[in-house]
Parts: sequence; structure tokens; C-alpha cells
Amino acid sequence: MRGRTRSEHRLGWLLCAPAVVTMAVVTAYPIAYAFWLSLFRYDLRFPEERAFVGLANYASVLTSEVWWRSMVNTLIITIGSVTVELVLGFALALVMHHAVFGRRTVRAAILVPYGIITVVAALAWKFAFDPTTGFVNALLGLDGAWLTERWSAFFVIIATEIWKTTPFMALLLLAGLTLVPEDLLRAARMDGASAMRRFFAITLPLMKPAILVALLFRTLDAFRIFDTVFVQTRGAQDTETVSMVGYNTLVVRLNLGLGSAVSVLIFVCVVLIAVVFVKAFGTSVGGEEGELE
Amino acid sequence: MSAKQTNMDRLFWGFGVVIAVAYALIPVAWILSLSLKPAADLNDNRFFPRVVSFEHYRAIFQDIQFPAALWNSVGIATLSSLLAVTLGMFAAYAIVRLEFPGRRLVLGAALSIAIFPPIAIIGPLFNLWRAVGLFDTWAGLVLPYMTFTLPLAIWSLSAFFREIPWDLEKAARMDGATPFQAFYRVIAPLAAPGVLTTSILVFIFAWNDFLFAASLTSTNNARTVPAAIAFFTGSSRFELPTGSIAAASVVVTVPIIVMMWVFQRRIVAGLTAGAVKE
Repeated sequence: MRGRTRSEHRLGWLLCAPAVVTMAVVTAYPIAYAFWLSLFRYDLRFPEERAFVGLANYASVLTSEVWWRSMVNTLIITIGSVTVELVLGFALALVMHHAVFGRRTVRAAILVPYGIITVVAALAWKFAFDPTTGFVNALLGLDGAWLTERWSAFFVIIATEIWKTTPFMALLLLAGLTLVPEDLLRAARMDGASAMRRFFAITLPLMKPAILVALLFRTLDAFRIFDTVFVQTRGAQDTETVSMVGYNTLVVRLNLGLGSAVSVLIFVCVVLIAVVFVKAFGTSVGGEEGELE
Repeated sequence: MSAKQTNMDRLFWGFGVVIAVAYALIPVAWILSLSLKPAADLNDNRFFPRVVSFEHYRAIFQDIQFPAALWNSVGIATLSSLLAVTLGMFAAYAIVRLEFPGRRLVLGAALSIAIFPPIAIIGPLFNLWRAVGLFDTWAGLVLPYMTFTLPLAIWSLSAFFREIPWDLEKAARMDGATPFQAFYRVIAPLAAPGVLTTSILVFIFAWNDFLFAASLTSTNNARTVPAAIAFFTGSSRFELPTGSIAAASVVVTVPIIVMMWVFQRRIVAGLTAGAVKE
């Protein structure tokens, strides 16, 4: 029996090894390398000037206005989209849960925004709001150029995000909704509880774990926003997000030292968000859940 | 519960269905109608085209850029899903079926990569890939894609594998099959639906990605559709080739819509696998 246990251990490790090694090589090693690079002055346009500078890159990022403005922009987009998505996602989940006819149609339809390429979604919305090609201005009787002003640009960016990712939220919430015991709701109805009250007193508390998982994954995802902003404004009108600052520093300006410091800081932010979620909402998040987008 | 609904309830939720479908499909219908407008009508500010024209579709397929990007996208997304699902399958099988120390570690590692911000490794990968010759190649994109989808693959495959009647495996083992044979001959066919679903989810991730494609490619060698569309240049630098972009968008969205329609039930199951404890 002992021999069998040991061979089982060996087989287990053997089967997991390729996946674990790949994940380590492509993420753990680069993030460590990013940290290493962030300690150097290292600009690919002037590679001979490479020198160890300690934490100086972090100091310049953390004292730069660009970083903090992009942080504010990222938070505006994250909070703006995730809040609306939660409400809309609930509405969609309730429709899918209660609808007698067309349940299948709704499910297939909302999978389209989920599956569509983000760049394509961003372009569709950009063209729709564009004063020369779009139909939105004609429909609303307006003539503004939405993407040329900060707050209207945020509106379009956030609307695109909401449209694209609410379905994902709705599906996670629907999975939670189906776990709420029907008998309990029926009993409450018999006792005269209104639909509103049933929702807030029974459905919502029982769905807390599902809501938290959905919020956690969407918040982390929204914080990383890049595609939509890149396509719609390229960061103009002060809509640049932290991921865009990272991309611009690394890939456009080829400053690996400074850019790596930005990368590491974004990584730290993401870890902080995850920790705050887990701490603030107790242990129901972080254990077994497996939705990983 | 549906039996208990009053007519009012039904009307209310029926109305909800209409709104939900409109919400999901109007932007898609818009890009489709834009792609069908003749060049002269692109700026007519109307939702529907007055005349239908396929000129933009002809244009993008006559250009070399879009067909090359399409080929790259199909190849890279397919390879990534094959690899991620193969490795994910081995790991998920071990996690579900075998007792060994470190199972939780694998799941935990997968979870932490799921929240990992891709931008954090763009710089190192950019530098490394140029050093080892992976910059602007298929492999240079397949590697990050399979890595970032391995967590999804492992979790969703584990969820599907838990549903499989594993006694059949035991029977095969009794008949003298090795663990590998039991996996390959008995369990793999049963696991096929879950594997298919997971492949679709992985495929969508790779098909969708823009950040890696924009950072780690520079030419038609490996540039995928999202990057190609975002960097499409028109006749002048400041004017977007709206019609071509719309047509290209429709071409890459159609396969996704077909997949979504055919596999909707499975995709929903895979997406929410394990998200809620059952």
C-alpha cells in the first residue's frame, strides 16, 4: 500500500508539473525579473547608460503627476463600471431566472457581448458616438464630440465596459440565484412579504458569496483596463489608465527601468485590492471559488 | 416556480427579455450595418444602411494585412487552447483523482495567476522575447496565452471532472489497465464535453487579447486581428478607415456568435464552474 501511495504522489506531481512549470516560467519569473529591472536605470534607446539606481524609479513614479492622475482615472472607471454592472447584472440575472419564454434567447444574446473582442466593442461604441459616423447624436439631437472631452469620454468608456462585462457578472449572479431555496421565498410570500422585501431580506443575504466573487473578479479586471481606453482615446483628454502608463513607458518609450517600476506598482495594487476584498468581506472569498477569467 | 406566475408577472419578465436582448445585440447590429454601408453613406448618421454594399468586405480581403492577421489569430488561438487544455487536463485529473501533497498549492497558484495583471510582465517579456528571438512570433504569443488561460482551464476542468462516474476507471484498473490507460481510454471520452467547453473559453481569451498582441508583435508575422484592427491605417494618418474596420470586426465576431449560440449552455456552466459552492 505504501508503494502505491508513493507512486500516486509521484504521478500527481508528474501530471501537474507541466502546468505549474509553465505558469512559473511565464509569470513568476518575469515578475521577479520586472522587479529586478525596476531597480535599474535602463532605457533601451540608451542601453549603455544602464546603472543600478535602487528605488529611484519608484520615487520618480510615485512623485509623478502622470501616475496619480492615471490612478484616479483608473479608479473612476473601475468604480463607475463595477457599480452599474452589479445593478444591471442583477436585473439581467433576475430576467434569466424568472422569464418563462425566451430564457434561452437571453442567455445566448448576452453571451455575445461577453465573447466579442474588446477592441471591436470599443470601436463599435466609438463609431456610434462619433459625430461624423455615429447615430447617437442624431438620435438624441446633440452635436457634441463625446471623446474629445474628459467626462463625456469617461461616459463612453464606462458604457462600453459595462456593456461588455455585465453579462459575465449576470451569469455569476444567476448561478448564485439558483441556489436560493424556492420554498423560503414562497413561505415569505405567504407571510405577506413584498417582492422588494423578499429580495432584500432573503435573496440578497443568501447570495453574498456569489456577489463577492463576481465583484472581486470584475474589480480586478476593471482595474487592468487597457483595450477600451487605448482604442477610444489613446489616453487623451486625461483618460489615461495605469495599464496605459505602463504600456507607454515600456513599449512606446522603451524605458524598461521606469516601466518595470510601474508594472510592479500595478501588481502591488492588484494584490492589495484582492487582500482588501478578502479581509473586508470575511473568508467567504478566496477559498474554493474558481471562476478565473 | 413558473407555474405560480401571474399573467402580470409573465408580461413583466417577457418585457425584461426584450430589453435584455436589445441591450446585448444593438451595438453588434450597429457595427454590422456600418460595415454594409457604401463608402459614400458612412457619414450619414443613420443606424441602418440605405443601400447594402459589400465593398468593405472585398477591400479587407484584397489587402494583405487582414487575411494575415486572421490566419495568425486562428493559428495562435487554436494552438494556445490545445496546449492549455492538454496541460490543464493532466493537472485537473491529478487534482480530482489523486491524493498528493501540494494539490491545494496548484489550485492556489492557479488562482493567483487568475488575478495577475498582464501589464506587469509586458516589459520583461518584451525584453526576454527579443533576446531569445520570440518577439513577433507565434510562440511568443502562444506562451503567455496558454499561461493566462491555464488557471481557467484547471479550475473549469476540475469542476467538470468531479462530475464523471469514476467507478468506470476503477473497473478499467481492475482489468489491468495502467493509470494512464485508464485515463486515456475510459475517462478522456467521458470528459470530452468539459474539455470542449474549456477549449472554447481559452480560445475566446486568446482571440480577444490585445495587450500582448500589441506589445509583443510588430508585423504581419504574428500580429493578431485585435492588434491589426486597432492599428489599421487609412488613407491619411488622422482618418480611421471606418468601413474596413467595421467589416473586419464583423468577420471576427461571426465565429464567436456561432460558438456562443451552439454551446451556450456549456459555456455558461464552464464560466461559472466552481464560482458558487454547490
